[in-house]
Amino acid sequence: MTIWRLILREITHRKIGFALGLLSVCIAVATLAGAMTLLRAHDLRTDQIVAAKEAETQREMAKMEDDYRKIMKDLGFNVLILPKDQNLADLYADDFASKYMPEEYVDRLAKSDIVTIQHLLPSLQQKARWPEQGDRTVIVIGTRGEVPYAQRTAKSPILEAVRPGTIVLGYELHRGAKVKEGDTIALMGRQFKVAKCHGERGNKDDITAWISLREAQEIFRRPGQINGILALECVCAADSLEKVRADIATILPDTQVIEFASQVIARAEARRRAAEAARAAIESEKRQRAKLRSEREAFAAVLVPIALVGCMAWIGLSTFGNVRDRRAEIGVLRALGVRSNQILAVFLGKAAVIGIAGGIAGCAAGFFAGTAWGDVGDIPSLFQPGLVVASVGLAPILALIAAWLPALLASQQDPAIVLREE
Amino acid sequence: MSDPVLQIQNLKKTYAGPSGAVGAVADISLSVAGGEFIAIHGPSGCGKSTLLLASGGLLAPDSGTVSVAGKDLYAMSGDERARHRAARIGFVFQQFHLIPYLDVLDNVVAPTMALPIADGKGKAHELISRFGLDQRIHHVPAALSTGERQRVALARALLHDPPLLLADEPTGNLDEANGEAVLAYLAEFAAAGGAVLLVTHDPKAARHASRTVLMRDGRISKT
Ligand SMILES: Nc1ncnc2c1ncn2[C@@H]1O[C@H](COP(=O)(O)OP(=O)(O)OP(=O)(O)O)[C@@H](O)[C@H]1O
Ligand SMILES: [Mg+2]
Repeated sequence: MTIWRLILREITHRKIGFALGLLSVCIAVATLAGAMTLLRAHDLRTDQIVAAKEAETQREMAKMEDDYRKIMKDLGFNVLILPKDQNLADLYADDFASKYMPEEYVDRLAKSDIVTIQHLLPSLQQKARWPEQGDRTVIVIGTRGEVPYAQRTAKSPILEAVRPGTIVLGYELHRGAKVKEGDTIALMGRQFKVAKCHGERGNKDDITAWISLREAQEIFRRPGQINGILALECVCAADSLEKVRADIATILPDTQVIEFASQVIARAEARRRAAEAARAAIESEKRQRAKLRSEREAFAAVLVPIALVGCMAWIGLSTFGNVRDRRAEIGVLRALGVRSNQILAVFLGKAAVIGIAGGIAGCAAGFFAGTAWGDVGDIPSLFQPGLVVASVGLAPILALIAAWLPALLASQQDPAIVLREE
Repeated sequence: MSDPVLQIQNLKKTYAGPSGAVGAVADISLSVAGGEFIAIHGPSGCGKSTLLLASGGLLAPDSGTVSVAGKDLYAMSGDERARHRAARIGFVFQQFHLIPYLDVLDNVVAPTMALPIADGKGKAHELISRFGLDQRIHHVPAALSTGERQRVALARALLHDPPLLLADEPTGNLDEANGEAVLAYLAEFAAAGGAVLLVTHDPKAARHASRTVLMRDGRISKT
């Protein structure tokens, strides 16, 4: 016979008392585990919502950008810097400049401290026949992308450079040649990989092919030369054109400056605004979720301690009752030679059993209740091993604390009092 | 004659009552040797139970000493006294004081919680057979007759082969035949060399005892 066996026998004898104790621990631990699981579910749900929102705004942003591009197409202005001797009538008639200037001009501009111009795009443009495509007309634009200003911190370029060996084709060109992205196409004796095929724009872009500046210079035998610098103005107050012209004239005396459509800027601005709107939307969603979380947290912060204290009070009182019911038994155990700390162990052992069993049951119940309410599809991700350890470890400790005083009283009980009562 | 198993010297015990101290045991000296069966009888309230509990190390006297098997019970620590009690003293009570949720076998082996012994179960089975309880071995006390309950209590008291048996009114709740049987077992225990101290107000117990003592107002008035 051991103390342990005595505890188990007594538990099976007084099933209802044990069940009630178990239930109280179970409810308290379930409240704790359920609240923690719910909060975790809340966090996961927040992540899901924010991720979905981000994806959605990205889609919307792409669409908005496109809308802006269409709306802003003819608003605002950019400038085109051309050689001074370029005849503008020829330019408008031929769709490209026929005079050239050194590529070095753009670098000179980039190294200057000019502030009115934001982006510099040098290009070499040529209208030509495309021998490999039945001599059809093509506008070839060689570009090296945006030239960074030496004086300023680098910004993300608004146009990407066309990488050497690749080609970007306007709508009519790739449709006529029946090529798609990734294919190879010959242009004036060179092979290019098609990097991008534009959609229909309804202007000369549809018959334009973009290649790298270096290759365009080689094809047209214009090494080191360009025939235009597109300068994109962001701070586009209507009256600043004269100022821009004057600034450029001082740096590049033998050039002329004309106004050019400003959609690139509009697009960049549209993108920026859309991004800002999206960020704001996500921020507000996050704020709302955080507010909801702190409300739930506050609720749990009240409910969980109440459940724990209630449980401890119940365990303490029921242990008192148990000790009172077993006064004669305690007396006779002492008469049999059982020591007082063994009596203590009888009652603390019972409390520990209730605590461990209630802790495990409560942890499981709380977890499943939490997952049921948590509204998160991925149940395993709600499982928190730390929470299991904490609640299964905490419950017996709290039960032991609650049972301590009555158990101590039982161990101190004078056996003579009950044994003489005959 | 051999050394006394139980030796009580000048035992005095008073209880604190609402109107001053109540004298329970005034001044008692008594010794019980192995093979002796001493029956103390006297009117209710004369201090018999107090004397018995003090003899068993469950009630510290105000003065005087109690030695069991040569050791002064109240000179040792509580835990030592508990161990000494487990090994040397068997108790039998009027109310039987069986543990209600344990069956007969578990009740009989219950003393091994205090002091483990080799093959406690085997010993318990032996005692259960000796007291004719084989058929009731897995019954709880509530399912037993009073006579059976007292025999379970006797078996439990004998598990550790104590040299001393203390019995407080063991026949008080039993009918004539069962009471006689219990007294006969106590006599048998004494005949086998054990020391028995029985307190009762039943003068009939005297027939089985080797010596009878009359107690009155906390004192021995007649031997
Ligand atoms: N806790 C107590 N407080 C005060 N007085 C007590 C206490 N316990 C016992 N007494 C008194 O001590 C005296 C002896 O009591 P005890 O129980 O030893 O008598 P008893 O001879 O065993 O009586 P009975 O035959 O009725 O069992 C009685 O007068 C009783 O009233
Ligand atoms: Mg009495």
